[in-house]
Amino acid sequence: MNQQELDNRLSQIKNKPFGSELRAELLTTIERKSDKRIFLLCEAENAYAVNKFLFEDIGARFCTVTGIDSDKCFELLYHYSYDPTGCVITVKTFIRNRQAPAIESITPFLPAAEWIEREIHDILGIDFRNHPNLKRLILADDWPVGVYPLRKDVKK
Amino acid sequence: MKETVRKPVLAVGPFHPLQEEMEFFQLTIDGEKVTDIDVRISYNHRGIEKISESLQFDQVPFLVSRICGICSASHPLAYVQAVEEIAGIKPPERALYVRTIINELERIHSHLLWVGLAGHFIGYDTVFMWAWKYREPVLDLLEEISGNRNNYGNVRVGGCREDVPDETIPKILKELDIIEKKTEMLTKAVLDDPVLHARLKGVGVLTKEAAIKYAVTGPTARGSGIGIDVRRDDPYAAYADLDWKVIAQPEGDVFAKAVVRLLETSESIKMVRQAVKKLPKGPIALEVKQVPPGEGCGHVEAPRGETFHYVRSDGGNRPIRHKIRAPSYVNVPSFKASCIGQDIADVTITLAAVDPCYSCTERLAVVDRHGSITHDYETLLRLSREKTARLQKDIGAPELKLPPNGAVGGKIG
Amino acid sequence: MNWKIWSLKKSPWVFHVNAGACNNCDIEIVDLLTPKFDVERFGVKLVGSPRHADALLVTGVGTRQAAKRVQEAYRQTPKPCVVFAIGACACGTGIFNSGYHVVGPIDKIIKEIDPNAIIAYVPGCPPKPEAMISGIVKALSAL
Repeated sequence: MNQQELDNRLSQIKNKPFGSELRAELLTTIERKSDKRIFLLCEAENAYAVNKFLFEDIGARFCTVTGIDSDKCFELLYHYSYDPTGCVITVKTFIRNRQAPAIESITPFLPAAEWIEREIHDILGIDFRNHPNLKRLILADDWPVGVYPLRKDVKK
Repeated sequence: MKETVRKPVLAVGPFHPLQEEMEFFQLTIDGEKVTDIDVRISYNHRGIEKISESLQFDQVPFLVSRICGICSASHPLAYVQAVEEIAGIKPPERALYVRTIINELERIHSHLLWVGLAGHFIGYDTVFMWAWKYREPVLDLLEEISGNRNNYGNVRVGGCREDVPDETIPKILKELDIIEKKTEMLTKAVLDDPVLHARLKGVGVLTKEAAIKYAVTGPTARGSGIGIDVRRDDPYAAYADLDWKVIAQPEGDVFAKAVVRLLETSESIKMVRQAVKKLPKGPIALEVKQVPPGEGCGHVEAPRGETFHYVRSDGGNRPIRHKIRAPSYVNVPSFKASCIGQDIADVTITLAAVDPCYSCTERLAVVDRHGSITHDYETLLRLSREKTARLQKDIGAPELKLPPNGAVGGKIG
Repeated sequence: MNWKIWSLKKSPWVFHVNAGACNNCDIEIVDLLTPKFDVERFGVKLVGSPRHADALLVTGVGTRQAAKRVQEAYRQTPKPCVVFAIGACACGTGIFNSGYHVVGPIDKIIKEIDPNAIIAYVPGCPPKPEAMISGIVKALSAL
């Protein structure tokens, strides 16, 4: 589909009621920085559904996930590329629980996410529920458990 | 529930003579076929994303160019594009062309490197020596333009650090003609060789469905019929101004990926020639005094696939977050899909077909072993070469016909 | 002269170890075997196991995970042997100095298990193949 059709489909899901009770919208907001850069903001509980929609319904290609320690919360940015129009769509989701950050894993329907979720688990300490293989990936065997290098409070 | 039956396990790694990086793949086999794979990476993890947060914006290109030696032009370019997106600036035309020239020259020598390595894995050492010999003129050109055979250090936020001097242009064009002839000879020799057809066709197939689920990019995707290419889909540098085509093959096997890489090399040579001839006059950089708060994504088509960088700024002089995703990070896991069911003699070439840039993905694994090691890497390499020799004998064909390279000695390792 | 050292100098067999390198140095090492430089004519051979090696060519900064593997390779190499730290990373960690996963450089890792190890440094990023050949020749003549 072309860019206009893509924009239409994305706005449709913003207003889509989500869950068995008609809760708040799936997306909190859509930020359209340009034709080629769109950000979809949502809360952590809705991230699974938005990701599934982008991968299965829209057919966007998964690029990677950026994990950020943003002081008050953790942010996960799921980056996708919609190749027919060259648009990068990023799902920006907020994990508000800093004490025990967790989110539903998307690896079950998207094997490409397996490694990056393991990596974020290693370096930021976020738990990915229902991940099929959440073992240590990039930190050494003898790296101390509980030390997450990319958290802001960890210096060298 | 862990199995109590001890299955034989092949450890591929951590050190092997020709795969330079350390990686640990643990393969489980049943007879001669691979049934499962476990991978763990860690040896090359240097913590670059965190180091980036302590550097200033214009120091980061030097760091990221050393993520991986063979993609050393793509990483800084993707980073710099992300920062330019935040700052809302567009570099001058000449800078965009210089970036294109350097990145395409890198693609040429990277693909030739791959052809050489692939040849070595299956026992065609003449191809290895030949491809690496004809890589050298490309490295010499890059040294002349940028001062280094690798790690060109040529991009900066706002443009390029160094120009392509007009005096070097005739030399570049002359060298390109020679490299083009050699590449054509190599391509023809490889594509026409019946033993290579028998050895590589149908081997290590990555189906289109698996390719989509593993979100692969680059020649790994284009060799499975997915015709994506960042240079065309989200054009950057000067690619929108040049006349070139995206090469894709539908079969998904190692042969298809080899074809894609060889034909892409020829396309790249044509692109460099066009870019050099059309090089516009003008400055090669804009002065960028400050990067405002914001976030940006930069992606480029590295030789191995899409390199993706995300940068976030808070208005200071350092990135507060820099995410790096090298192409091999998505391509290498697809090895699981293309390797299961394969003969162990084909394991090395199937993995090589993904063209893993290990240090890009910081690959290494420490895996608990549940079984005895039956084959180490040297054995796997030997099995691969023996299979080729058997095919050669069956088909009755002599080894690949290439003009003599003047070297003494052929076998290595 | 010790006959072991004499034979080492005559045609050193080298084993390449990657201790967390970006691959640039490693490719330039493999480049040494290719027609333009062709070190095999000097008798330098790249072997597949440290047990057959006279010298180790170590590249990379020395990551936490790689350190033990490098030490293991050193233990397996018969002595006397020379450890060549190839590249700026191996010589002194360079720009990765502040990395949380870096425990190098290489001399620190090797000297942890053998304080008397013979270590030669070939700096560069990456060192050109000519520089590597020159470094190997210089180190071996000094033995």
